[in-house]
Order: sequence, then structure tokens, then C-alpha cells
Amino acid sequence: MSQLAVEEIWKSFGGFHALGGVTLSVASGERRAIIGVNGAGKSTFFSIIGGQLRPTSGRVLLDGEQVTGLPPHKMWARGVTRTFQRNAIFPGLDVRQNVRLAILARRRMGSRILAGAGRHSHIDDEADAILGRLELCGRANVAACDLAYGEHRQLEIAIALAGEPRILLLDEPTAGMSPAETQAMVAMLAQLPRTLTLLIVEHDMDVVFAIADSVSVLHQGRVLVEGSPSEVQADPRVAEVYFGQVEAPQ
Amino acid sequence: MAETTAIATTAPADRAVARRLGWSVGAAVLVGLVVAPQFGLPPYIMSLVIEVMIFAIFAMSLDLLLGYTGLVSLGHAAFFATGSYAAGLAAKFLTHELVVTTVIGLVVSMVLAVAIGWLSIRLSGFYFLMITFAFGQMIYSVAYRWNWLTGGSDGLNIPAATFFGAHVLGSRLQIYYTVLVGFVICFMLMRRIVGSPFGEVLAGIRENPRRMRAIGFDVRGYRLAVFVIGAGFAAFAGILNAQFNFFVAPDSAHWTESASVLVMVLVGGAGTLVGPVIGAGVVIMLQNWLSSYTQYWSLFLGLLFIVLITIARDGILGLAGRGWQRLRRGVA
Repeated sequence: MSQLAVEEIWKSFGGFHALGGVTLSVASGERRAIIGVNGAGKSTFFSIIGGQLRPTSGRVLLDGEQVTGLPPHKMWARGVTRTFQRNAIFPGLDVRQNVRLAILARRRMGSRILAGAGRHSHIDDEADAILGRLELCGRANVAACDLAYGEHRQLEIAIALAGEPRILLLDEPTAGMSPAETQAMVAMLAQLPRTLTLLIVEHDMDVVFAIADSVSVLHQGRVLVEGSPSEVQADPRVAEVYFGQVEAPQ
Repeated sequence: MAETTAIATTAPADRAVARRLGWSVGAAVLVGLVVAPQFGLPPYIMSLVIEVMIFAIFAMSLDLLLGYTGLVSLGHAAFFATGSYAAGLAAKFLTHELVVTTVIGLVVSMVLAVAIGWLSIRLSGFYFLMITFAFGQMIYSVAYRWNWLTGGSDGLNIPAATFFGAHVLGSRLQIYYTVLVGFVICFMLMRRIVGSPFGEVLAGIRENPRRMRAIGFDVRGYRLAVFVIGAGFAAFAGILNAQFNFFVAPDSAHWTESASVLVMVLVGGAGTLVGPVIGAGVVIMLQNWLSSYTQYWSLFLGLLFIVLITIARDGILGLAGRGWQRLRRGVA
């Protein structure tokens, strides 16, 4: 049985159909890339799975259970976490505190109102371990708003991983990164355990090839093509979507 | 909100020094407050210090919402006044026992805060400000119009409280020490709260509520919780104020009272607990001092506020922090 299944998802904004009947299913541990041109509905699709948007119609199933339209914190409780392209960190807090928040959420410690901060130094250790994986160790005490752009994106993913999700939705994890940063990010993502399911919206086909087992191409709010990365790249319909003619996406 | 957290994001070594300095100054002030009456503190000054301590509790309680959670309320005086009236009515009709009237004042205000908060925290930013303003004015109308209960515009006279049956709260000196104990307890409690994991969650909500939802926090639940907790501390300040003035007037619920305590928080420095205490001290002292020279005292107070907010958006405490850092760098 698929871990995550969406069935005939429609989402309309006014008269505009951002999604026009998306159906797809993802197996546990799969690495699925979602690609498509701007406006194909990728971010809207992520927001519906993550709980940020309610679909106009259709169903979202998690382990066969209906979870359509649940708010983000309830989707999170079921192990679904998404990252955002913008505005995804806590700018005024330092880097370690950013990660601590996600750990506090997972350990359900947020309601501890009279517990002294000093007694929770193991949370600091846990946060530092995650920062180490994202190569942010030396930046733990820096205010998040003072990070470079690439580091922002790394921190954003550190926050998401700190919640130990079962399904992680990554919205363009390498957008705006330097080639070196992209390489480090891809290596980190490739090392993630297969107990974690990854859905990635990505433009960079090198990243898609390095990480994804399978690719779904969204076009005008529907799934146009689905298959392995090389199948999808060879498909003439995909070339047509990207360039209006014969060339394959880069 | 970057300004309000400037202190929190300096290097750890600086933070440790600042913390040690803070504790030393705090301890010195506390010792000063404890021994001052033994060295002949004039009654007039003693009353002023009592007022400052009460309003410092009130201002800190507002800062839990404003500086720590990013919720700008313009109706916080409603809970101060509700605490005053509920405790005052309990003292008048039920019992003079301070412990009982305090509990009644706290419970009534916090139940009211659950209702008002439940409706208000659905909104944020400007809309939150307007709805808390509206609810605050409703409470003011009740205090002003319900003559049969509140005494209307004449206010409510409150009999002197007893503490476990003893008439120990009659003199100014007794009131001074009682309020001092109340102030210290409130400060330590709120300090504990903002330093706890719960306090970290509040800061996260202030910085990025959408992201907090995405990593699994029920943002509305936390906002409601801090709204009710803030109302509780405000009510406690109101109870102290009513019990020790033996009187409460409907003006204490008016929105201008909410605005005045908001100014105290901003003048002192939002996002800290010491800031609102400094703000309460400065605003109340200046009010007293200026009003003895000119009836246009509020004009001068307003001008001062404008100047201060222009040069330091993080208030007097932020200004002092930067001055201190410059001094240290100069020495090193």
C-alpha cells in the first residue's frame, strides 16, 4: 500500500484552477521529484499535503487514512513536514534556538511553563548534532537573520529534520544556492535514511537525477507524465512542456 | 522585531557578563527597596514606589503578549480593572480576607480572558489590536454604567483587607512591604515562564507563526494561553492597586490606561522583563514630577516618548545595553 496517496485533488482560486485533478501515490521510503514549469501548481500541491491549504475537492490519504484538509500541526503530528522557499526561519532567534524549537515540538515539551532552561541542555546537544549534519556547527550562536542565503536554506532543512518526520516535502531545497552549497545539500539528502519519504520540488535536473527514484511532471494542474528520471527526461511531452518543442529539460 | 531581541543575540560571553551585571544591579535595587523605609523614606516617595511596583507588574504582564509573543493588545487594562472590581466586590460583600479576594479576582479575570482571548487570538496584527480595544471599552462601559454593582462613575469603596484574620494591611509601610513581596514573586514567576520551553515557543510565534504551525505547534492554543496568563498577572496588579487604595474607579478600565501601560513597555524596552519595570518607573516618576510644574505635563511626556522611540526603538534598556557595550569595547 502506498504511504501517501492523493486522489483527484482540485484547488481553485476564484475562477483559476491551480490544480485540476491531481492523482498520485508515493511509497514509503521513496524519493519522488515533482517538476513542472512555473505556475504548474507544485507549491499549491505541497501546501495541500502539508495542510497549509484546503483542497476545493479530492482526498489526501496517509497510510490509507483520510487526512484531507487537516491543519499543518495535525499533519505534522502524523509525520508530514514541509519546507518553504521563503520566510521559513525565525530571524530574530539564533541558529541553535531555531532548531531547538523543532525538537521541543517533537518532544512535546512546549507546554513546560515553569521548567528552567538550564535543565534542557540535552536539547542543545541534539540541536548541535543536527546543525553538524547541515554544516552549520560554527554558526550556532549567530542570529538567523545574519546568515547568508545558502545557509538560510540549510537551516530551514535542519529545522524540518529536527522534527524527525516520516514524509518530508522539500520545496526547491537548492534554489539560490552556489554550486558548492548545492553539492553539499545533495550529498546530505542522499544520506538520509530510507525510513524517511522525500517529496522534492526541484528545477535543477542534476539534483533530480542525484536524488529521485521517480519523477512526476505537473502541467496545468495535472500530472502529465510519471516515471523514472531518465524515462521522464526522454518523454517528448515533457520536452514540449518545457520548451514548446523537442529539447529535453536541463 | 529584530530590535527587541538585540540583547538576546549577542555573543554568549557578552550575554554571561550582562546576566551577571543584571543580577548584581537587581540584587542592589532589591536590598535598597527592603532597607529604604528603615532610613526614613518620606511617605510621599513610599506611595510613589508602591505605585511604580504595581504598574511594573502590569507592564510586565503586557510585555508577555507584546514583546515575547508579538501580540499588541490595546485592551489589557480590562483585566487590571476586572481584577480590581472582582476583588473589591468580594471584599465588600463576602470577606475581607486578602487571600480569598485575590483568588476571586484572579479567577474572574482569567475566565473573562479565556472568553475574550478565544475570540481575539483568531486575528493578528492591527485587527487583534482593534478587537482587544473594543472588548476593553466594553468592560469600561460595564464598570461605568452598572451603578448597582460597580458604583458607576463614583467608583467602588473597598474595606481594608485582612491577612489570615489579622488587620495588618492598614499602614502605608505594611502595604509597601506586601506590594514589594508581590512584585518580587511576579517578577521571578514571569522570569521563569519566559525562560522555559513555553517561553521559547512564544518567541518562535513572535518571529514566525506560520513556520511554528508547520513544525507542529498549535499557535492559537499558545496565544490563548499567554493571553490568559498575561491577564492573570494584570489582574494581580489590579487587585493590589484596589486593595491598597481602598478604592477603584471605572477609568482604570479605559483604553487610555491600556495605552499608558503600552507606553511604559515601549519606553523601558519590550521583549525583556526589566524594560517594563524601568518604563513604569520612568513614566510614573515623570508624571508626578512634571505635573507639579505644569498642567501640560502630558505634552512633555509625549514629546519625550517621541524622542526616545526615534533614537531607540528598543527603549531605555536597549539604549543602556548599547552604551554598556561601547564602554566595554572602549576599555578592552
